[in-house]
Amino acid sequence: MKKDKHDRILLAHGGGGRLMDELIRHHILPRFNNDILNELADSAKLNLDSKSICFTTDSYVVKPLFFNGGDIGKLAVCGTINDLAVSGSRPVALALSLIIEEGFEFELLEKILSSVSQTAKANNVNIVTGDTKTVESGAVDKIFINTAGIGEKLAGVDLGFGRIATGDKIIINGTIGDHGMTVISQRQGIKFHPVRNKTPESFGSRLTGDSNGVKSQLQSDCAALSGLICELLENTNGVRFMRDPTRGGLAATLNEISRASALSIEIREVDIPVKPMVQAAADMLGFDVLNIANEGKFVAIVSAESADDCLNICKRHPLGKEASIIGEVIRSRDVPVVELITKIGGRRIVQMPYGRELPRIC
Amino acid sequence: MLERIYKAQSLMDAARKKLGRQINIMEVCGTHTVSIFRNGIKSTLPERIKLLSGPGCPVCVTDQGYIDAVLELAGREDCLIATYGDMIRVPGKGGSLETKQTKANVKVVLSSEDALQLARDNPEKVVVFVAVGFETTAPATAVVVKEAAEENINNFCILSGHKLVVPAMRALLSEKNNNIDGFLCPGHVSVIIGYGAFGEIVEDFGRPCVVAGFEPLQIVEGLGEICRQLADGQPELKSIYTAVVTEKGNTAAQKIVNERFEPTDGYWRGLGKIEKSTLKLRDKYSRFDAFKRFDIIEIQGEERNGCRCGEVLCGLVEPPECGLFEKSCTPDTPVGPCMVSSEGACAAWFKYGGVRKSGR
Amino acid sequence: MCLAIPARIVELEKDNAVVDAMGNRYRAKTTLLPEAKLGDLVLIHAGFAISTVDEEDAKETWQLLAEIADFDNTPNKISG
Repeated sequence: MKKDKHDRILLAHGGGGRLMDELIRHHILPRFNNDILNELADSAKLNLDSKSICFTTDSYVVKPLFFNGGDIGKLAVCGTINDLAVSGSRPVALALSLIIEEGFEFELLEKILSSVSQTAKANNVNIVTGDTKTVESGAVDKIFINTAGIGEKLAGVDLGFGRIATGDKIIINGTIGDHGMTVISQRQGIKFHPVRNKTPESFGSRLTGDSNGVKSQLQSDCAALSGLICELLENTNGVRFMRDPTRGGLAATLNEISRASALSIEIREVDIPVKPMVQAAADMLGFDVLNIANEGKFVAIVSAESADDCLNICKRHPLGKEASIIGEVIRSRDVPVVELITKIGGRRIVQMPYGRELPRIC
Repeated sequence: MLERIYKAQSLMDAARKKLGRQINIMEVCGTHTVSIFRNGIKSTLPERIKLLSGPGCPVCVTDQGYIDAVLELAGREDCLIATYGDMIRVPGKGGSLETKQTKANVKVVLSSEDALQLARDNPEKVVVFVAVGFETTAPATAVVVKEAAEENINNFCILSGHKLVVPAMRALLSEKNNNIDGFLCPGHVSVIIGYGAFGEIVEDFGRPCVVAGFEPLQIVEGLGEICRQLADGQPELKSIYTAVVTEKGNTAAQKIVNERFEPTDGYWRGLGKIEKSTLKLRDKYSRFDAFKRFDIIEIQGEERNGCRCGEVLCGLVEPPECGLFEKSCTPDTPVGPCMVSSEGACAAWFKYGGVRKSGR
Repeated sequence: MCLAIPARIVELEKDNAVVDAMGNRYRAKTTLLPEAKLGDLVLIHAGFAISTVDEEDAKETWQLLAEIADFDNTPNKISG
């Protein structure tokens, strides 16, 4: 990769002229290397096998940009792939738009682009079109990314709220709260007092974190789930609905499902997988892990008969080893609610989280 | 664990039968309130065992006058407000700290040390630390006041809103609500002051006082123990949080607090003026006292129209009995602090739903 | 407000400590607990250690600790 003589982004890099051309040709194209993108046409021309496609878009504004287990680039690709996968489609092509603040370090941009590229390649998806804009200092916070994605619907798969029925089981493919707690722990808000004369290096190489914050082995679960989900959908026909519990966590997703299907949901706390480290970090701050974002998890509503098969398929896959059946869909009494049976056998409602708890985690 | 829960439940059942009436137990710690709701504890209790939330949420009992004083300071160009997250959304004159946060002079801190560091890093501003909390949190403030004094960090001051639990319990029983059969006492306050501090409530008012931690099993067993004492007719002082609570408490922390602070009369929302219930900086540290520095006189504020936070805090009404609850008063549009505070009874009720008995 | 969790002191220099709670490391001060030593299990609140925690009682009291199979008692090892 040719090293740019500039070490920071200038407004001219988004200006449509020579600098932008250099940015695209030297930094972007070589990383994403595919025929469609290399044409640099105004639109990507795709030939799809299926007439049924899924189409999604997302924006990524996460802070900090780099966190244990990933960065904004990896997040952007995984998030888009996951939205397509939980809709029952095989991700095929992504669009990538960057809005970059003037003064952003080139080295960091390159790291992010490499991350996008590696994640896309690992998941057999191409970045086929894109856009780059630069804005004056302060107009965005370093870099924002927008993506759009296209997936081809898998044959014979029909997922939707309307298919959910009482008696259906609820499966999650692993531990919750990992991503949100990792990001919040790394952010400035978790600074305890700075210990003077201590450097981050003295805390040991296994631990990462910013120089004034928590040193932690907390890791985001950021991952692309298309492989696992395709396996699930191609090997069983009991899956009724899927969604990825990102912002607002499991609580938000289950409430959305409950509301849209007009059915109640009952989940059991003992069956919800949580890493002790994540629970401890949440306890330290008074957060409820049910409300915390995940970036490598899906919730699947499956027929009761297929639940065990679905669970086993998940557990055989690296991204589903800690999968669990966490509850079921039940008839509503008056209003559809999501209810949790707690570890001591108590019951309480799981509300839709009041959205301001964690700023900018996705 | 389940056997221990059944045991506690049968103690509660036995007490209820023996007394032949509803038993009212109050928790005086907001963290207990949250844990009770999050763990669905109310749904596991036998019939006619009622839990009342008391004045245990430090943000909720902070008088409106104090909040308005903080907001006024937040409006000053020369001030940087350092606050725990709990206070950020409490409404007052002209908005809340959150709405003022866009001016970038309000910073959320997780430790008093962060507030002091802000003062070191911003010598041209005066950092005002919003020192709210009970006896658990007062020592943290006391430590940084001494550090500020030793390092001559003169652009640092605190607006002390630290409150003391036992005087509030006395005021409650003497004046506001004596329909309380026993108290679940705060676990972490007791780490500092020692469980012995609640002895006077047992002696003077004949109420069982049991100190418990915040794990659900601790709370359920604490309630069981209170009921056992009620059935026996023998109120006692007891702690089941033996992992961290002793009779005398953390004497080093107590000493540090006493050296910097002295108890003074203070205004509590819902309870009015309570003698020797609030901590004030001693004269030798008066240069760190924001009340003195900015000439603030705390005027007892008034509840906003229709707000029944005061009664909720005394355990006299439950949140759904307030006409504003879930209508004009929600976590997004809070009228009073019991809804906006993460530990407020109204917020807990709203978030975790009312009570539905376990289907057993 | 009274949030406090048990954590192990894994580094200590005067009253500046690093504590480990299930693998999360936080800076904390031991000013309120002058007798605290490296390896002690302590209760952390608002950046301060406010009490030592009895190890046996801890497993009885905090379910999270009880669930960790190899909850260890040796200094400098990461718990959880």
